[in-house]
Amino acid sequence: MTSIMNEHPQAARIHETAGRGLAIHCSGVTKGFTAGGNTIRALRGIDLDVRLGELAMLVGPSGCGKTTLISVVAGILDRDEGECRVFGQDFATMSARQKTRFRGQTVGFVFQQFNLLPALTAAQNVAVPLLINGVAHAAAIKAAKEMLDRVGLGERTESLPKQLSGGQQQRVAIARAMVHRPRLIVCDEPTSALDHETGHTVMRLLKNVALDEDRALVIVTHDARIFGFADRIFKMDDGRIVDVVRNPSASIGASGGDAHA
Amino acid sequence: MKDRSVPVGMNFVAILMLVGDRLKYVALVAGLAFATLLITQQASILVGMADQTGAFIRDTGQADLWVMDPEVEFSEDGKALQDTALFRVRGVEGVEWAVPIYKNWLKAQLPDGRKLNMIVVGIDDATLVGGPAVMVEGRLEDLRADKAVFIDARDADTKLLLTRGRFADDPQPLRVGDRLSVNDFELRVAGTMKLSRSFFWDPVVYTTYSRALTFAPPERRLMSFVLVKIKSGSDPHAVARAVTEATGLQALTGPQFEKLTMTYILEKTGILVNFGLAVGMGFVIGLLVAAQTLYAFTLDNLKQYGALKAMGAGNGTLVRMMMVQVLIVALLGYGLGLGITVLMGKIIQATDLAFLMTWHIPVVGGVALVAICLLAGAASIAKVLRLEPAIVFKS
Repeated sequence: MTSIMNEHPQAARIHETAGRGLAIHCSGVTKGFTAGGNTIRALRGIDLDVRLGELAMLVGPSGCGKTTLISVVAGILDRDEGECRVFGQDFATMSARQKTRFRGQTVGFVFQQFNLLPALTAAQNVAVPLLINGVAHAAAIKAAKEMLDRVGLGERTESLPKQLSGGQQQRVAIARAMVHRPRLIVCDEPTSALDHETGHTVMRLLKNVALDEDRALVIVTHDARIFGFADRIFKMDDGRIVDVVRNPSASIGASGGDAHA
Repeated sequence: MKDRSVPVGMNFVAILMLVGDRLKYVALVAGLAFATLLITQQASILVGMADQTGAFIRDTGQADLWVMDPEVEFSEDGKALQDTALFRVRGVEGVEWAVPIYKNWLKAQLPDGRKLNMIVVGIDDATLVGGPAVMVEGRLEDLRADKAVFIDARDADTKLLLTRGRFADDPQPLRVGDRLSVNDFELRVAGTMKLSRSFFWDPVVYTTYSRALTFAPPERRLMSFVLVKIKSGSDPHAVARAVTEATGLQALTGPQFEKLTMTYILEKTGILVNFGLAVGMGFVIGLLVAAQTLYAFTLDNLKQYGALKAMGAGNGTLVRMMMVQVLIVALLGYGLGLGITVLMGKIIQATDLAFLMTWHIPVVGGVALVAICLLAGAASIAKVLRLEPAIVFKS
């Protein structure tokens, strides 16, 4: 693990999660891309542990490898070297079909641009992960409506994405990421397209609804306004984790989940 | 959680994605409908034309065999036979009876002064074998009256409509009792008949064989065909071979003569090539429209497909989703195109134009459309199969 820049041993949450098992364990992970005959080293030996019940954030400048890292962690990209286990499972030992199935059952995604299917209602969008996993349509829609209710959109289940505000669309995306009860939720810039207040609403939702003792959240973000929601912040630069900030809400002097950068 | 290798519920998502993009959905269905229309309509006209080439042969259904000069290539190709041919045919084993028939294009003049070519058919005076099967006005025996000819009832209202001279202000159809001349021989309309629509466009008149010879040009005063009825229980092909061996003439059954005529017309006139090109264009246009629209649809939804991949939808699921989309637009396009073709066929059938949709045409049209959809969908499917789900993390 990289050096610790800022640590607050009093942080109760850190103590809570410290004794738990690991959701993600990566060691010496590298990943390169070849473009125009040149190989770009996106990840240069990443060591990362994320505990169950932990909300981890990956931050850093553009091109530092954050997106590549969550792609590897989520089983979307194959690493070149090193070890990476998610809930004890190593993607390197899985076939493409097994990886796809594992992803469908174990990982939930929240994307920067929401990536809701525009022709589907909110309930239908939320039902998609269940349908992918073979749940019958009626049962999937029922579960999707219940999940939308949990994220405060119980009245908008039949709305199309274009009929929803940005914040509402992101809440639909969060409901979609949680509906099949995945153990790992990966979020890519979940608040960058949202205003301050809506961003905080979304983060409260993620922290209070999505996170529990058997689940982990990894969020890639540039949005310093939401750093206070993290249990740990992993700072990345040039394909490496260069710092870990523990209990950032305490370090930046804000309270609870409403911290501001 | 129930685990299925290919989740059925995603078909529903595929359908919603398809119909959600109304413009492309309509463009796809319209493109495929147009392709179906072009393919089936042009093919139906071609088959209709081909079928009409055999109209005269089918209308002369009493004959089991047609005996003709070996050089004859189609039904209107009346190469003259010697009178002796008739007797030689009658002498062949298996022949019940044989009668002459005359058929040729001759110059005619209508009561309003209009000159035109007519197809003159002269049938056996004694038996009237080879005469029209359906009389509209008059009886078949009326043909034996002096100067008598029959005209086709449909021709009377169209090709033989009197429009000049005293008829200029009030066009009249040629009627029973009216007179006309063929090669300056005066004739009288003694009846009207109903003939099948023919590929050959000139009006047809029937008269007796002997009368036809009186006004036919001298060099053509010979029979065109010998119509043969075979004895009960005889094999028509065996008798045809016997006739050919005995006389050196070409002897064909009705269907064989129809095929000979159709083949000649299709090959020699270029109809087959022209209509084949039209059908081919229908295929290409359909393919281009469908491929372009499908591909644009796929590109527009690429991030969505990427998101589905990231969320655990396998390649099999995505391919099946796209196949469901293609199948739906194909079925709708096919149904719409075929429906319009049938509707156009109903309209065309009220005219003299050729149109015949045999069961083969919808089948061939359907196969062509499936090929179009598979080819059009291939590029889109390949794009999605190659798609990296990591695309969803790119803003």
